[in-house]
Amino acid sequence: MPAVTQTREAVEKLGQSTYKWGFETDIEMDMAPKGLNEDIIRLISSRKEEPEWMLEWRLAAYKTWQAMEEPKWAKVAFPPIDYQDAHYYAAPRKKPGPKSLDEVDPELLRTYEKLGIPLHEQALLAGVEVPEGERMPVAVDAVFDSVSVATTFRKTLEEAGVIFCPISEAVKEHPDLVRKYLGTVVPAGDNFFSALNSAVFTDGSFVYVPKGVRCPMELSTYFRINAKNTGQFERTLIVVEEGASVSYLEGCTAPMRDENQLHAAVVELVAMDDASIKYSTVQNWYPGDENGRGGIYNFVTKRGACRGARSKISWTQVETGSAITWKYPSCILQGEGSVGEFYSVAVTNNHQQADTGTKMIHLGRNTRSTIIAKTISAGRSDSTYRGLVRVQPKASGARNFTQCDSLLIGDQCGAHTVPYIESRNMNARIEHEATTSKISEDQLFYCRQRGLSEEDAVGLIVNGFCRDVLKELPMEFAVEAQKLLQISLEGSVG
Amino acid sequence: MSQFLEISGLCAQIDADGQKKQILRGVDLSIPPGEVHVIMGPNGSGKSTLSYVLAGREEYEVTAGTATFHGQDLLAMEPEERAAAGLFLAFQSPIELPGVNNANFLRTAVNAVRRARGQDELDAVAFLKMAREAAKALSMAPDMLKRNVNVGFSGGEKKRNEVLQMTLLQPTFAILDETDSGLDVDALRIVAEGVNRLRAPTFSALVITHHQKLLDYLVPDRIHVMARGRIILSGGPELARQIDQEGYTKFLAEVA
Repeated sequence: MPAVTQTREAVEKLGQSTYKWGFETDIEMDMAPKGLNEDIIRLISSRKEEPEWMLEWRLAAYKTWQAMEEPKWAKVAFPPIDYQDAHYYAAPRKKPGPKSLDEVDPELLRTYEKLGIPLHEQALLAGVEVPEGERMPVAVDAVFDSVSVATTFRKTLEEAGVIFCPISEAVKEHPDLVRKYLGTVVPAGDNFFSALNSAVFTDGSFVYVPKGVRCPMELSTYFRINAKNTGQFERTLIVVEEGASVSYLEGCTAPMRDENQLHAAVVELVAMDDASIKYSTVQNWYPGDENGRGGIYNFVTKRGACRGARSKISWTQVETGSAITWKYPSCILQGEGSVGEFYSVAVTNNHQQADTGTKMIHLGRNTRSTIIAKTISAGRSDSTYRGLVRVQPKASGARNFTQCDSLLIGDQCGAHTVPYIESRNMNARIEHEATTSKISEDQLFYCRQRGLSEEDAVGLIVNGFCRDVLKELPMEFAVEAQKLLQISLEGSVG
Repeated sequence: MSQFLEISGLCAQIDADGQKKQILRGVDLSIPPGEVHVIMGPNGSGKSTLSYVLAGREEYEVTAGTATFHGQDLLAMEPEERAAAGLFLAFQSPIELPGVNNANFLRTAVNAVRRARGQDELDAVAFLKMAREAAKALSMAPDMLKRNVNVGFSGGEKKRNEVLQMTLLQPTFAILDETDSGLDVDALRIVAEGVNRLRAPTFSALVITHHQKLLDYLVPDRIHVMARGRIILSGGPELARQIDQEGYTKFLAEVA
């Protein structure tokens, strides 16, 4: 029986496998004292060398936030957060501009290495030229904690007229654009966390694609939380002009830690006539340990505005990490014939909680939306799909198709589907389909009889379950996402 | 010296509504290499349970007896270890795997057993070539490799898909649990030919069936009759024809 014992041990080890990307980087930090007040906001703004209007905007958001309360409607439970017990600003000590590899902190490069950022991308971070004729690589705006340390590929993008830079830089370099769009999709007072973000956001990305330009490469940002007790408040704004298009990839890992870390990002997308934005996320923040200790609180507001006719915004997300996820990437379908899409895979294991979904707000005529949400719950986790489809009176001919499927692994987890459907137009067509299933003993045994290990069998079945969503991901992410799904569910059966 | 497959005094039970229900009550059976044996018997006699217990289904609890395969303790192995050791079960009701591409599933399975057997894994191109040829030999439509495993397959297509998997996994011992049920005459012949192609001095099969028709094509070596969880009678191929004509009642009465 040694072979059996070995197998069992191997499987057990997988189950307890510590978070694969859990490590800390030792870089000197420039840190604000704990707590949140106007002085801290002034400090952030001055460290960022922001113009006066930006500070005013932040202070107004702070005032709004003070009058608000944490939302309680989501099906998640956590101990009260002491917002005064966190640092709101942390930046790696700055060296002169990271124009070459020598100027980038070697410790940081090692972090990228551990993160598995491909060599060619590391080289890009160092500014190595790509030989002509080679495949266009991915541009990386690397966010290390709160400050973007290196931005690559500026040149190719600049030639196309595309702006891709840290938002703190955009505030200074492109103030008119930022002022025109910031907070127009997600107003500061939209919700508790967006107000908090608006007051204290430290960095994030800004993308501007001018009229008629197809962005020549996938834009990708690697986010990483690193400082102890530092809330991470990313702010991303993407504006795509008439007839232009962009595909933006966002992937996250976070180091292992015992305290809970708050992550409250805001992402705003704006699409004009015939513009299209594809926003893909693979979220793998630290989920906490098997007993539910630690882990990231991921309270995110993501919203896209299809302002122009025939514009299109497509959200694709694979959510496997975080102790708590509270996230509803949404589309406001204002332009006639505009299209909103939401493809989601949410995996929860151990003690994770996820309340995620989307909002599709149909304002314009003949607007269309598609929602495909796949929820996988294992261990003692709890997962909720919460989605709103609203058709306003003027949205004649609006159509929506929603499909929500839940897959349960084991008998101690939960899956919930909470659809809100509001139609104020007689011509709208709204379809909603939902299923709940379990990975059956029959399926597992069938796969194992064919020679697959239990873990591989679960991976295969889960990937099959998520297929409709995974195929929406850009190629390089799809493979990573498949692996991630399997890793996230290791030790969930048997 | 130990036989190819040796089952002795095998007893197994299952938990049914909180009650332990004894299904196998001392099965003795030995199958030498290169032979095709048949198990017949009335419904509920334990034929499918025997196949599940041999393949390692965990719901069945073995309470007594032994089963060895190539001298190894079969009952101590995980299902996937039994598969790697060369055991294959063609399911009576093949399971659907939504969203899982049939070719992908087959290749994952084939490479899992190849790895376990110390053979090189097949790349996508080599595998597809092999799979297409095998599918063609079973008169399967080419698109069946692209469809999801058993999803939307007709009864006949599912059974053919089982034989396709068996062909690709190259087992040394195959259990076919009523693979002939629900097949028309042509499909029956195609499936039987699929099994016959595997026949070799190193390959044995245990065929569970109610019908003589399949045996016309398969030409078995031994026939066993199972009733109330035991093998009550064994004989040559003529026994199957006799049962086909006279039914089980006479034999059951004899041993009662």
